[in-house]
Amino acid sequence: MNIITLRLKEQPAVPLEVEVLSPDVLKNLSHAEICAGSIQLGKRQRRIDDFFEVEGERSDQLEIHGDISRLKWVGRSMTGGRITIHGNVGMHLGAYMQGGSIEVHGNAGDWVGAEMSNGLIHIHGNAGGQIGAGYRGSMKGMQDGAIIVDGSAGLEIGMRMKKGTIVVGGPAKDFAGLDMKGGNIVLLAGAEIRTGAWMMRGTIISLTPIPLLPTFHFSCSYSPVFLRLYANFLSKLGISIPVDPKAGHYHLYSGDTSVPGKGEILIWRPLETGQIPRTTGCTKVDS
Amino acid sequence: MRITGGKVYDPAHGVNGVVKDIFIKDGRVIDSPVEGRTIDARGMIIFPGGVDVHTHVAGGAINFARAMTPEDHRRTTAFIRSQTTRAGIGGMAPTTFATGYLYAGMGWTTVNEAAVAPLSAKHTHEELRDVPIVDKSCCVLLANNEILLDLLQDGECEQAQHLVAWYVWAAKAYGVKAVNPGGVAAWKWGKDTGQMTEPVVGYSKLTPAKIVSGLAQIIDELRLPHPMHLHCNNLGAPGNLATTLETMRSLEGHRAHMAHLQYHAYGGDDWNSMRSEAPALAEYFNTHPNFTADAGAVLFGDTVTITADGPWQHLLYKLTGRKWGNIDVENETGCGIVPYTYRPNNLVNAVQWAVGLELLLLIDDPWRIYLTTDHPNGACFWRYPEIIKLLMCSDFRKECLSQLSTKALKRIHLAEIDREYTLYEIATIMSAGPARALGLPQKGQLGTGADADLVIYNEDDDVQQMFGHPRYVIKGGEIVIDEGEIRATPPGRGLLVKPSYDETIETFLRPKFEDYYTLSFDNYPVEMERVEQPIFNNCIESP
Repeated sequence: MNIITLRLKEQPAVPLEVEVLSPDVLKNLSHAEICAGSIQLGKRQRRIDDFFEVEGERSDQLEIHGDISRLKWVGRSMTGGRITIHGNVGMHLGAYMQGGSIEVHGNAGDWVGAEMSNGLIHIHGNAGGQIGAGYRGSMKGMQDGAIIVDGSAGLEIGMRMKKGTIVVGGPAKDFAGLDMKGGNIVLLAGAEIRTGAWMMRGTIISLTPIPLLPTFHFSCSYSPVFLRLYANFLSKLGISIPVDPKAGHYHLYSGDTSVPGKGEILIWRPLETGQIPRTTGCTKVDS
Repeated sequence: MRITGGKVYDPAHGVNGVVKDIFIKDGRVIDSPVEGRTIDARGMIIFPGGVDVHTHVAGGAINFARAMTPEDHRRTTAFIRSQTTRAGIGGMAPTTFATGYLYAGMGWTTVNEAAVAPLSAKHTHEELRDVPIVDKSCCVLLANNEILLDLLQDGECEQAQHLVAWYVWAAKAYGVKAVNPGGVAAWKWGKDTGQMTEPVVGYSKLTPAKIVSGLAQIIDELRLPHPMHLHCNNLGAPGNLATTLETMRSLEGHRAHMAHLQYHAYGGDDWNSMRSEAPALAEYFNTHPNFTADAGAVLFGDTVTITADGPWQHLLYKLTGRKWGNIDVENETGCGIVPYTYRPNNLVNAVQWAVGLELLLLIDDPWRIYLTTDHPNGACFWRYPEIIKLLMCSDFRKECLSQLSTKALKRIHLAEIDREYTLYEIATIMSAGPARALGLPQKGQLGTGADADLVIYNEDDDVQQMFGHPRYVIKGGEIVIDEGEIRATPPGRGLLVKPSYDETIETFLRPKFEDYYTLSFDNYPVEMERVEQPIFNNCIESP
C-alpha cells in the first residue's frame, strides 16, 4: 500500500505548527511538493524536508516516526485518511477533525481532538488535558467521534463536549466532563476530584469508585439497558465494560445540581461475595 | 483632486443622481477646478461618506466584549500587518485598528461612539485614537449618574445643567446619552424601573419620566448640537411600545434622538405573544418632527450584545444561558455583555428582524431615521450593505421572509410593505441625515466647504455587492481605499463640543468625588492631549 512516511531528523528549537501534516493536505501532492510543504518556525517559513526525511507520495496514509512532541496541530481539521505516529506527539492533535483516524504509539499533549466533529483517535500512551474539549470561549467541545487513551489523561477532559465518546484507560485528573453538554466519558481507572462539575447532560461511566461533588445526588442502583448496547459499540473499539448484572451493578448519581444539570455519573459496583444479583431494572436504595 | 463624470447623490443639496464634477483641495470640497489627480468616475456613483450615528467601537464595554469572545477571534478574518495597516481582527467586536479599516472599507467616514461612561472616557479616547481614518465623536452616559439624579430630584435644575456641561467637557464628549433612565440606577439595588411615573428605587420622587424630560431640557438649554441620545426604558421587552410612546409624549417641546428604535417597538404580553408595533410607533413618529431615530436593525447571525443597560443584560443572560459580563461603573452607570445569536426560526428574533426594517420603511422622512444596527447589538456594522439591499429590493425581502415561520409572519407587517428605497434615500439615511442629527454641518454633504469625505461605487444592480465594495473611498481629500485595497490610514479626528458652565460647579463636585469616587477629582477629566486632532463644533443658536 502506498504510504507517506516522515522521519524526524532534527528536533526543532521551538514548537512547530504543522497543520500541513494532514492527509487532506498531502494526499494529492507529489514527493517534491511534500518536501517543499511550508512549516512555520517562529516567524520563519521552513520546508517539511528541513525537519523530516520524506518517503512516498500521493496517499492519505501518513506515518510519522520520531519524537514530535514539539509539533502542534498534526491532523488539524482532517476529513479522512489515516495518520500513524510512532513516538510522542504535541498539542492539538486532531483538533477540529471531521473524519479519518489517528493512532499514536506514544504519548500525546493537551487538546487531543478538541472540537472534533467525527473520526477516531487512539493514543496508546498517556494524553494531556482538555481531550475532546471546547477551546476557551467556545460553546461546545467535541461533537462526535471517539477518542481512546490507553494511559492516563490530564485536566478537563471532555470539557463542554456535546456528543461522542472519550475512553481513558488510566486515571484522569480533575474536572473530567467539566460543563459537559452530552456524550459519554468512560473512565476505566477512575478520576481525581470534581468529575462532572457543571455538567448539563451526558454520561460519565467510571469502573472504579471516584470522589463526587456534593451537588451530585445518588438516584439508584441498576443495570442500565442502554449500557449493553453501548458496550457492543465499545467492544468494536477494543474496550470492554462490565454489564452483567450477575457481576454487579451501577450506582447512578445525577447532577450537577448547582447548574442545575441533568447529567449522570454511573459508578460500577461489583457484587460482594454472598450478595444476591438483581435482574435488570432500577431499584431505589438508600444512599 | 478632481472627480469627473460620476453620478452624485448629495441629499443635503437636493442633488439626486446628477452627473457633475467634484473638486477637492486641502481636504475640502471647493467649487472651482483644481490641479492634481483626476479620478474618472464615469459609470460610478458618488455619495458623501457614511456617518454612523450610533455604534459601540471603543471603551470599557466593547473591550470587555472582545475579551469575552475568543471563540469569535479564532474564526474571523485577520488583518495582517502591512506597510499601511496594523494587525487586528474583525468579527463581532473588531479590534480598534480593524474597526477603522472596516468602516472606511465600506465607505463610512464618521462614527459616533454612543455610550461612554465618564469614568471610562480616558480609556475610550485612547481606543478612539487607535481607530484610524474615520472621524469620531462620543456621547457621555448621564441618565443614571447618582450625583445628577440627586440634583434632579431636588429640583436644582440650574446646578444640574452646569453639572451636565461639566461632565460633557470632562469626558471630552460630543453629546449626552441616556440609557434606561433610572433603570440602571435601580439595577444597583438589583431592580429595574417598572413604570415611567413610578419613583426610581432609592429615590422618593424622581421618576424615569422626570429624568428624561429634565435631561432633554438641560441639553436644549445647553444648545448641544446633538439632541439627547435616548435609549428608552424597557428595551427589548414585549409590549414596550407603551413605554416608548409615553417617553416620547413626555418629550414634547424638546429635541431627542431615539436610539435603536427597533428594540422599543414591540407589542404583546410575553415572549410567546410578542409582535411588531412598528406601524403604531412610525405613525406617532411621523407626526412629531422633534424626534430623530436610528433603526438598530437586526440581522440573523452571531453577535455580542453590549449596553449600559445592566438589568436588561442580566435578563438576556437568564433567557439564553450564554456568557454574561457585568461591569459596575460606580455611581455613574452599569454595563452588561452577553453573546447572542439571532435565529430566523426564533419567533422573537424574527419579530426583531422585521421591526427594524419596518421602521425604516414606514417612517416617511429619511431625514429622521438612520441606518444603524446598534453595532454590535443587532448585527455588526460591516453588515450594513445587507440592510441596504433589504431596503432597496422588496423581492429580496420577500425571499428572506420565506425563511420565517407562519407564526412569525402573523406577528409582523413586513410582507405588506412594498416601499423600496432609492439611492437618494439611502444616501440620506446613511450619511446626510445622521450628519444633520449630530449637528455636523461639514459632514454628510458635498457642497462647497464640506469635508472631502466621500465614497465612490461602481454602479451595480447587486446593491449589496456595490455598497460592500466601494471603488474609492476618500477621507479628508485623501484616497484611503482604492479597489478594496487600503491605500492610506490617516488618523481620524476627534469631534468635540464645549458647552459653557459655571466653574463653581467644581467646588460642589470636588467633595462628592472624595466621598463617592475611587478616582480623584483632579485625575478625572480627560486631558486635551488624549484627543486626536480635535475639531470643535459650536453649540447651536437655538434648539
